[in-house]
Amino acid sequence: MVDQTLLRIENLSVCFPVSAGLFRRSHQAVRAINNLSLSLHKNECLSIVGESGCGKSTLALTILGLQKPTQGSISFDGKPITGAEQPGRMQRARMAQMVFQDPYASLNPRQTIYSALAVPLRLHGLCNQGEVEDRIAATLKMVGLKPEQAKRFPHEFSGGQRQRIGIARALILNPKIIVLDEPVSALDVSIRAQIINLLLELKAQLDLSYIMISHDLSVVEHMSDRIAVMYFGQIVEEGPWQSIFANPVHPYTRRLLAAIPDPFMIIRQEDMTRKDMQPPPLSGFSYYPEEIGTHDVYQSPPATEFLPVGDDHRVRFIAR
Amino acid sequence: MSAPPLLEIKNLHIDMRSGQERLNVVENVSFSIGAGETFGLVGESGCGKSITALSLIGLLNRPLSVGQGEILFKGQNLLKMNGSELRRLRGNRISMIFQEPMTALNPLATVGRQIAEMFVLHQGSTWHEAERKAIAALAQVQVPAPDKRVKNYPHQMSGGMRQRVMIAIALACHPDLLIADEPTTALDVTVQAEILKLMQELCDQRGTSVLMISHDLGVIAKMCRRVGIMYAGHLVEERAVADLFRHPAHPYTHGLLASLPVLGQRTLDERKPLQEIEGIVPSIAAFPTGCRFEPRCTRATPICRDTVPGPSILGDGSFVRCYHHG
Repeated sequence: MVDQTLLRIENLSVCFPVSAGLFRRSHQAVRAINNLSLSLHKNECLSIVGESGCGKSTLALTILGLQKPTQGSISFDGKPITGAEQPGRMQRARMAQMVFQDPYASLNPRQTIYSALAVPLRLHGLCNQGEVEDRIAATLKMVGLKPEQAKRFPHEFSGGQRQRIGIARALILNPKIIVLDEPVSALDVSIRAQIINLLLELKAQLDLSYIMISHDLSVVEHMSDRIAVMYFGQIVEEGPWQSIFANPVHPYTRRLLAAIPDPFMIIRQEDMTRKDMQPPPLSGFSYYPEEIGTHDVYQSPPATEFLPVGDDHRVRFIAR
Repeated sequence: MSAPPLLEIKNLHIDMRSGQERLNVVENVSFSIGAGETFGLVGESGCGKSITALSLIGLLNRPLSVGQGEILFKGQNLLKMNGSELRRLRGNRISMIFQEPMTALNPLATVGRQIAEMFVLHQGSTWHEAERKAIAALAQVQVPAPDKRVKNYPHQMSGGMRQRVMIAIALACHPDLLIADEPTTALDVTVQAEILKLMQELCDQRGTSVLMISHDLGVIAKMCRRVGIMYAGHLVEERAVADLFRHPAHPYTHGLLASLPVLGQRTLDERKPLQEIEGIVPSIAAFPTGCRFEPRCTRATPICRDTVPGPSILGDGSFVRCYHHG
């Protein structure tokens, strides 16, 4: 089989020093990401779910090169993008781009859409002056906006249109990977479906790979090919979307799924996770953490290992 | 009908003045909440659900003001009350929980003092007594080690803990009505589940009525028995929650429910694109004269453009404002 891996993250750790006391010396470090390994395949949507503070956003920033890893490596298409052989910022910008949660906060209010989209093209010298306009028009059409609207400023657009601009901005350099940070959670409910459909169409059309960070598990279920559940800087469970939703194994995953307020399920009075479904831990192992919520962010977590549950689905255990 | 409802809103209009113009931000909204009932108000941002709630406790600021209508709380019209009468009611009989607990709490006072203030203001307790009651109030919202936590400042607490403090403040005087404006939107899903459960338990115990405002239909389905759907300043549909999800009557509600990705709907080999509602929410300055959903509606006919549909009664106190409902 051909190697389908586009992005490979190996043993990544990111620590932030905490300075306190006299002379502001740092004595401790918050371990935002602990020894995390993950890979993203070509043309897949990998969702990262977890509660705030679990390191999802730090992971996204590290992938984009906006945060230096303390340890570990990331490689893109077989070539390392961290460490000594790290490519320049310009090259990285063409590998991965980001769509932000709040499109209004992420667009410059004094810049027309045209100039926001033209600057990266000029900086990267991707096309000459004459082609810039065509390229911008084509990108705007792709995200469902009219080329004439490029002359306007961000405040003249509605929330959904602004998110389309955010997507156009991410697409303009033709990156292979797009990191979606809560792409629809700031949008009105009646607009969300439009953006979700657009993102899925673009993924198929442009052969994109998505890393999506989201809280909303119904959106995650609809969009993802694979799901990684993150807890205190580690992946605790990872697998294809069907098996994560049908057979969540880790107690934290179960807790997340049980907390989803899905209106239709509530009306039918169904429960996502029935107790009797829960498989017992394998002998000699227990799920980590045994008591969710007691983990100390300053400590490195105890040694754990992944055990396969089946079909590319793995879960973290701790040896007893 | 048996006992009169606790809160009755009749033909509420809220205007926004901009220069010479008066814009109808909320038009002709009527609903009522019975004692011990949890009523949900759902809508998108800018649909008027939050200002409807603010008008209940007299907190509308210029350029917003109540144009006409009545808000009857235990038979008394809140709109006719003066400042001091309202202040006696607010926090005592009607209280409110806001979306963002960090901005709603005073960063310069300990949480204990902020809870104790309620007892001092409304029950005439001494500060000493009030602080003891504050510890008990924190214990009730399941804050661990309440005797130590009362001395904390808001910034020393997590989002979930702060929202618990907000609930403790809001329920301190055992109000008759609790207004919860997006109480869990800023929180994680797992914390959201805990907070909702806590609110439900405390309100059930005390028979407190709740006006729950949210854009999250899941939260509404979990917490409420009856729900009103607002669109661009109109209350377009009011139903029992179970009926609403099974047979939405208004085209907007219908479209909204169809556009949600539903858990378990995606099958292994195919993913259907979500059904979209075409177009965008009209801006306040350009509300259509007739039905405000008409420009986006698939069932629209000329009559929809000209006149606002009146309520069509669906039985059991439910109604829908649409000429072509079903």
